[in-house]
Amino acid sequence: MTLQKTELLTAYRLMKTIREFEERLHVEIATGAIPGFTHLYSGQEAIAVGVCMHLADDDYIVSTHRGHGHCIAKGCDVIGMMKEIYGRADGLCKGKGGSMHIADFDKGMLGANAIVGGGPPIATGAAIATKLDGNGKVTASFGGDGSSNQGTVFEAMNLAVVLKLPTLFVYEDNGYGEHTGTSYAVGSDDIAGRCAGFGMRAEKVDGADFFAVYDMAGDLFDQLRRGEGPAALECAITRFYGHYEGDPQKYRAKDEVATFRETMDCLRNFRKRVTDEGWLTDAELDAVDTEVMALIDDAVEQSKAAPPPDVSEVLTDVYVTY
Amino acid sequence: MTVKTFREALNETLHAEMARDSKIIVLGEDVAGGAGGTGVEEAAGGIFGVSSGLFKAFGAERVIDTPISESAIVGAAAGAALAGYRPVAELMFADFIGVSMDQLYNQIAKFRYMFGGKTQCPAIIRMPTGAGMNMGAQHSQTIYPIVTSVPGLKVAIPSNAADAKGLLTTALRGDDPVVFFEHKALYPRKCDVPDGDYLVPFGEAALVREGEHATVVALARMVNFAEKALDALAADGITADLIDPRTTSPLDLDTILESLEATGRLIIVDESNPRCSVASDIAGLVASEGFDLLKAPVQLVTAPHTPVPFARELERAYVPSPDDIAAAVRKVVAY
Ligand SMILES: Cc1ncc(C[n+]2csc(CCOP(=O)(O)OP(=O)(O)O)c2C)c(N)n1
Ligand SMILES: [Mg+2]
Repeated sequence: MTLQKTELLTAYRLMKTIREFEERLHVEIATGAIPGFTHLYSGQEAIAVGVCMHLADDDYIVSTHRGHGHCIAKGCDVIGMMKEIYGRADGLCKGKGGSMHIADFDKGMLGANAIVGGGPPIATGAAIATKLDGNGKVTASFGGDGSSNQGTVFEAMNLAVVLKLPTLFVYEDNGYGEHTGTSYAVGSDDIAGRCAGFGMRAEKVDGADFFAVYDMAGDLFDQLRRGEGPAALECAITRFYGHYEGDPQKYRAKDEVATFRETMDCLRNFRKRVTDEGWLTDAELDAVDTEVMALIDDAVEQSKAAPPPDVSEVLTDVYVTY
Repeated sequence: MTVKTFREALNETLHAEMARDSKIIVLGEDVAGGAGGTGVEEAAGGIFGVSSGLFKAFGAERVIDTPISESAIVGAAAGAALAGYRPVAELMFADFIGVSMDQLYNQIAKFRYMFGGKTQCPAIIRMPTGAGMNMGAQHSQTIYPIVTSVPGLKVAIPSNAADAKGLLTTALRGDDPVVFFEHKALYPRKCDVPDGDYLVPFGEAALVREGEHATVVALARMVNFAEKALDALAADGITADLIDPRTTSPLDLDTILESLEATGRLIIVDESNPRCSVASDIAGLVASEGFDLLKAPVQLVTAPHTPVPFARELERAYVPSPDDIAAAVRKVVAY
C-alpha cells in the first residue's frame, strides 16, 4: 500500500461523493424533478476511483450511460454535473446532454455515452493521439459486462493490440445488462479471458475492494506507460439500484440488493480496512462525510434554483462554423 | 372493435401472428428478460412491453433474448429470413440502428435485387422512435428518412393502435423486409381497434380528416399534433384534409395529390430533421408531379437541423408543436 494519508482521504472523499450524489438523485428523481432516464452508479464507486486516482487531467477516460461515478472520479465539477442532470443552462453541457452525456474536456473526460459499446473505439483514438504526442498519457475505457458483447468493443480491443495503444479497457461486471444476467449474455467463462484472447494482459479484481482495484490498475497503467500495449481489468461488482431509476427489477431476487449492500459495499470495506490498519480514524472519515453531504445539498439546491437554458440554445453548437 | 392501447395492439398482433405462423420468431435485447438473473423468468417482455407474454406463450426457442449486439441481432434476422423464417427483431431504441446499419442497408435491403430476384428476406425490424421523453441526443431520434431512402426496405410508421395492428399484420404476412417504427409517446394512447384479422395495406394513406382549405400531411405522433392544430383552427373556420401516409416506403402520393386538387395548399409535418426528410421528399415529389395544383408555397413543419436536446425546455422547442402546425396552416391559407 503506497498511498499517503491525504491520498487515502481523497479516495474516500471521491467514493463518498459519488455514493451520496447517487443516493440523493435516487430521492430527487422520485419527485419527478429530473428529466429523462438516469442510471445510478451506487455500489461501483471503488472502480471509478481506483482507476482514476492514477490519472491526471490530461489522461483521458471514456464512459458509459452509467457515467456519474467516472465523471466525479475524474474531477468533473459536482455542481455542474448536478445542474446538467437537472437540465440547467449552466450545467456542464448547458443542459443539452443530460445524465447520459456529461463530458468535461478540461478534465480529460471525453464523455459519457448512451450507446452501449460507443466508447471503446473512441478510447483507441484518444490513445492514438497521446501516442503521437509522445507525452506518455493513457486512456481508460469504462464499460459494463453487457458492453463486452458489442462488436465495436471487440474491434477496439483488437485495434489497440495491433497498434500497441496505451488503453486500459475496464469492465465493470455488475451482474446484469439491463434485465439480463451476465452469466447468460457473456458466453465465455469471463470477460478477462476474452480480452486475453485479443492478445492483451487481462486481470480480474474484486470491484468492491478499492485497494485491489487501485493496485491492479496502477500496475496495468505502468505497463501502458512503458509503451507495452493495452490491458484489460475486469471488476466483479453489483449495482445497488435498478438499471435505471424506476426499474422494477423483476430479474433480481428480492433480497439480492440488501445482501450485497451488506457484503459488497466498497465504502464500508474501505472504512474497515483503513481504521483496522490505523491509517485513518473514524473521526477523520466522519469529517469527510459531513463535508460531502454539504456539497451534495448545495449542488441540489443550486440546481433547483438554476434557470433552464434559453430556447434559442436549441440552434447553437451544432457546428463550429457553418 | 375494442379499445386498445398502441402497445396492446402490437403485443396482441405478435401473439396472434406467432400462433398462426410457426415460422415467426422474435429476437432482441430483453424481449423476454430475466435470463441469468436471480428473479423471475420473462422479467421484461421488451423494454416498452411490446413482446410481453410471448416468452411464456412460445418459449425460448422462438422468443430469443440476445446479448447487446445490434449488428448480430439484425444480421441474424437477415439470415433467418433467408433460411425460411420470419424474424421480428427488436432494437431497444431506433437510434441503435447505427450499430446495425450494414446488416440493414447493405445486406437485408439488397439481397433480393443482388441475387436476381431468387430470394426474399421477410425480416421485420421494430424499433421505438421519437422525442418527448427527455432521453437526449442518442435515444430520441426519428431516423426513418434514412431507411426510407434505401431501395429494398419498406418503412411503416403507424400513428394509432388500429394502424399499428393493421400494418404489423401486413408486414408479418408479406415477403419483404420492413423497418417498423413505433413512436414512444404513442404506446399508451388508445383507440378503437378492429377485432380479428385486420390488415392495412402498405402504400395506402389514411384520410384522417376531411377539410376545405388546406392539406396537412403528418406522420406518427405528428398526426395527433396536427389534429390538435386543426381543432384550434376550426374556431376560425379553417378546415383541412389531414393525411397520414402510414408507410413512407411505399409512399401513397396519389392521395396527397387528390387532396391538393381540392385545396391547393400543402403543409407537411415531420418530427425528423428537415434536410432529406420525409417532408422534403414529399414536397419535392409534389413540386414535380403536382406543380399546377399548388396555390401557395409548400410549408414544412419539422424539427430543426440539430440533434435532439436534453433539457425539457429545449426538447419542447425542438419538437414541432400544434401551434407551429396551426401557424403554418394559417400562413398558406392567407397566402
Ligand atoms: C447500442 C445500444 N444498445 C442497447 C442499449 C440499451 N442499453 C442501455 S444500457 C444497457 C445495458 C448495458 O449493460 P452493461 O454494459 O452491463 O452496463 P450496466 O448498465 O450494467 O452498467 C442497454 C442494453 C444502448 N443504450 N445502446
Ligand atoms: Mg452490467
